[in-house]
Amino acid sequence: MESLMSLTATELGKRIQAGEVSVREAAEASLAAIEAREPKVHSFVTAADRETVLKRADQVQRQIREGSLKSPLAGVPVAIKDNMCTEGMRTTCSSRILENFIPPYTAQAVVNLEQAGAVIVGKANMDEFAMGSTTETSYFGVTRNPWNPEHVPGGSSGGSCAAVAAEECSYALGSDTGGSIRQPSSFCGVTGIKPTYGTVSRYGLIAYGSSLDQIGPIAKDVTDCAVILEAIASHDKKDSTSIAREDYRFTEGLVDDVKGMRIGIPRDYFGEGLDPEVKASVLAAAKVLEEKGACLEEFDLSLVEYAIPAYYVIASAEASSNLARFDGVKYGYRAEDAGGLHQMYKKTRSEGFGAEVKRRIMLGSFVLSSGYYDAYYLKALRTKALIKQAFDRAFEKYDLILGPAAPTTAPRLGESLGDPIKMYLGDIYTISVNLAGLPGISVPCGLDGKGLPIGMQLIGDCFQEKKLIRAAYAYQQTRSYERCASLKKGAFGNE
Amino acid sequence: MAKNVITDEVIEYVGILAKLELSDEEKERAKADMAGMLDYIDMLGELDTSQVEPMSHVFPVSNVFREDVVENGDNREAMLANAPEREEGCYKVPRTFE
Repeated sequence: MESLMSLTATELGKRIQAGEVSVREAAEASLAAIEAREPKVHSFVTAADRETVLKRADQVQRQIREGSLKSPLAGVPVAIKDNMCTEGMRTTCSSRILENFIPPYTAQAVVNLEQAGAVIVGKANMDEFAMGSTTETSYFGVTRNPWNPEHVPGGSSGGSCAAVAAEECSYALGSDTGGSIRQPSSFCGVTGIKPTYGTVSRYGLIAYGSSLDQIGPIAKDVTDCAVILEAIASHDKKDSTSIAREDYRFTEGLVDDVKGMRIGIPRDYFGEGLDPEVKASVLAAAKVLEEKGACLEEFDLSLVEYAIPAYYVIASAEASSNLARFDGVKYGYRAEDAGGLHQMYKKTRSEGFGAEVKRRIMLGSFVLSSGYYDAYYLKALRTKALIKQAFDRAFEKYDLILGPAAPTTAPRLGESLGDPIKMYLGDIYTISVNLAGLPGISVPCGLDGKGLPIGMQLIGDCFQEKKLIRAAYAYQQTRSYERCASLKKGAFGNE
Repeated sequence: MAKNVITDEVIEYVGILAKLELSDEEKERAKADMAGMLDYIDMLGELDTSQVEPMSHVFPVSNVFREDVVENGDNREAMLANAPEREEGCYKVPRTFE
């Protein structure tokens, strides 16, 4: 029998609602897959304990039977990126400094999912504090790309994407500050949405760059992503940047029709640095949309290369402030025998944070310091305004912008961390979307010669998720979900 | 592009701001890393932003106020359970002055 984990989240949800599959069976399938595949993939920092998962499954089953839980996600197993607080379940941000942190509350997005009947099977690995593009900066070890274990899954939501691709769970939540949902989705052959800033509450999301962070869905297809986004999005008074949207009915975008849709293709996204195989694959996907009636046009977006330096100034500045709270007093790691209070702070932070996190905290402290604030921080904020204007101009002409999610497919393990700027350049197509607060989606559109997945990115204007979902859905109707090669070959063994 | 040089004094100062204590080896690495990043960031100098206001937030949001009433329950024990050291219901820290 094929595993229940090979179904999409909504297919499994339908079978559960119809009584064809019990919530416990779904949970058991996920637990079994995790047990079998974790030694090879390592998607999780913490796998939920069996008893807790099964108890929760039975609770959800009862609510379904009573008729009080009708969500298409009820009883479907989910992985949560380990930067979202889960009451009673360890939440580490993949950092030593939070190695033993047990949150006393749950992030709002996760609360919303639980109200829809989600069964959490574990906390997914990530780059430490979401700072990285490969999941290699995790204190708890690397996650491997299920398509090829010698390659990274991308990052920072690498564990979430790998868990979905390896079919250890039905879907996952990730977070995206500069591409951290879209880039690993591309590398792992799954679909991921970064919503418009303010759509999903950040309450309980451990902050990295607060003006850029957004939680979003990662799943096998666009249908799942739309359903999940509908479940997690809400206006939340506890997050002062949360927005009361007029419309949360994202699933209405699941329409197979792109006739007359105007799609802009930025020339600046297809120039130097883009892998030719990625380019060919993304343009072929664009062609499919054109054949279905969309109007494609090339244009110059401009300013693309300035997004990365602006991002690293802004994100690092916010990180240096956000991570000031980790001081060894109220929670987390504390250095031993550190002497006085200030020595304890310093020693705790120096031992508790990894190299990439320290690098960004220092850069952030520097650009905010007196004498440099105007030249670096304000300059970056002015650049951000220019980037937003460039997108505004583009969306006067186009419904959507189409390009690659990343310039290459997944790099090999160990190849990226040595040269930070080169690694940062890998975010070139995703980062400006966060600066401008826009929604974006990554959709699998083929494999390269090494058999690694390629992702097409669609970018919408603020609050235009439905257009994104419509175009991505129409595209996905032309191709079936490609399961990761290791699963097809049975390379995970022990099953 | 002007090459940035990060001096020992600057890295020392940044260490104080960031509350980080770096080994000599880490300091050298940090100096090189930061100089490299700043060289790269200096690219922003190519843009004329003299007529542009800094944009901290993409939407025109103002401060969000609410009544100052307690809504959450007593989480005292769950909060203190995470403390590295505690005593009599308080967070315990090393001696702050002699």
